[in-house]
Amino acid sequence: MRPFSYQRLLHPRDVAALQHVSSRDAYIAGGTTLLDLMKLDVMRPERVIDLDALSQNPDFGGIEVADSGLYLGALVRMADAADHEHIRGNYPVISQALNLAASQQIRNMASLGGNVLQRTRCPYFRDTSWHACNKRTPGSGCAAIGGFNRMHAVLGTSDNCIATYPGDFAQALVALDADVFIIGPHGSRTIKFAQLHTQPADEPEIETTLGPGELIGAFRIPAGPWTRRSAYVKVRDRESYEFAMASAAVALHLDGDVVNEARIALGGVATVPWRAREAETRLAGKQLDEAVALDAAAAAFADARPYEHNGFKVQLGKATLVRSLLQVKVMEI
Amino acid sequence: MRCSCHKAEFSSMLQKSARPFGFSRRLFIGITATLAAVRALKGSHVNAQDLRSDTPEASTDPAALTDHSARAGVFLRINGSAVSLSLDPRTTLLDALREHAGLTGSKKGCDHGQCGACTVHLAGRPVLSCLTLAVMAAGKEITSIEGLAGAADGRLHSLQQAFIDHDAFQCGYCTPGQIMSGVACLQAGKAGTEAEIREYMSGNLCRCAAYPNIVAAIQDAKSKMERT
Repeated sequence: MRPFSYQRLLHPRDVAALQHVSSRDAYIAGGTTLLDLMKLDVMRPERVIDLDALSQNPDFGGIEVADSGLYLGALVRMADAADHEHIRGNYPVISQALNLAASQQIRNMASLGGNVLQRTRCPYFRDTSWHACNKRTPGSGCAAIGGFNRMHAVLGTSDNCIATYPGDFAQALVALDADVFIIGPHGSRTIKFAQLHTQPADEPEIETTLGPGELIGAFRIPAGPWTRRSAYVKVRDRESYEFAMASAAVALHLDGDVVNEARIALGGVATVPWRAREAETRLAGKQLDEAVALDAAAAAFADARPYEHNGFKVQLGKATLVRSLLQVKVMEI
Repeated sequence: MRCSCHKAEFSSMLQKSARPFGFSRRLFIGITATLAAVRALKGSHVNAQDLRSDTPEASTDPAALTDHSARAGVFLRINGSAVSLSLDPRTTLLDALREHAGLTGSKKGCDHGQCGACTVHLAGRPVLSCLTLAVMAAGKEITSIEGLAGAADGRLHSLQQAFIDHDAFQCGYCTPGQIMSGVACLQAGKAGTEAEIREYMSGNLCRCAAYPNIVAAIQDAKSKMERT
């Protein structure tokens, strides 16, 4: 690991100093992504700024529930949000997405804010012996296109990058239309979670809309008639401790068997947390059965672009979504 | 001092903004207000030094150093004892335990958080010591495999004994991590069914594939611990 200087941000009032934070610096909370990638020499921060002390502050480290929604501080650990009684009962898609991710040790360490910012597991990104990676070295090319791309994305790709967004929790957030509260040296702002991640397009090295020095402070998830009838279904090579080959976050507001409103996000198949709005539209006003679910799934993957080894993800992604929809429909709430 | 008035301003803003609409928007409003105050200070006094707190309480924290790029003193609480080490900030908790504190029970398998051989308890919860900077563990209670047996009589933890009784290892390299996760699984009440145990333990790989015996050991320790 390359040398770095280590600093701590001990109090929210010190955010003023973030104006000196540049792209050569990195924040650390759980460290589960950053230290891994620093050991691999993929990330090379000159300065590591430790945010852990902020988790003692309820704004950053607290969970709060209200009729209007859910407040999750960005430094809440994944395990604490996953096991939270109210979240399990009223936002099962969040609890399940967190619990089906990583291992117990990692869920104990990783923060919610860090989790949504975890980097792709593309092996060509993680292994610096491959020269070509536009994410790591802009302009160098993409070794995954034409390489071994079984785990890569079929939605939201570009000719410059097909790396899959690896997380699970983010799918729940994008489906539930969460807000992200961002603090930074030049002020604070709130954006929709869907505005946080950016598709690779011509600049795969840019993954989010966070500016220099900005960090995620908290998430706010609005309550809705769909939040209780929700689930996260994850299909993967191993039963546990594995990234998704395909996943679906689904939340439904039903009137009998008829869909009033559907919220759907897909994981394991896209370059960013993927809101499947076409599928949601197909479901609205329909009586939900397998045929309708299949139609929605077809709409979700209509623009899918498979590569040499990942064509199966189109079928797997559709089947995962159909299964989630039918499972959520019959949930007892 | 600039900082004390700044602090007072911040906490009063937090109080004023708490629960304004029946739902906490503390951070959403509080920090906005804080930043307005901070902006007024910008340019004159603010510099990188502000990344550490300069309150008297915080400055006694040995890890709250700026430019901690060279070796520095780190105080760790390992298995109930205070240990002072001089460490490069790159040192992981695993390397601090093995190479600096002489506790080689925790094992380095992959060194990338994939195998679980390095599992220790930090503030009572299992974590991966290979992905934890030692400096970030300062001040928190660390329990390694060496801290499980009774300090006075050396009597093995029920799960350590159960691993022996059930032949829950072959080469033994993953065993310290397995046992640290297993103890946490029992303590967390997540050992109700075999599926629950396997899910909780999925971050600990065993290349000898002793998994059925590991599960049996945890179940046995659970019933013995419930009886005592």
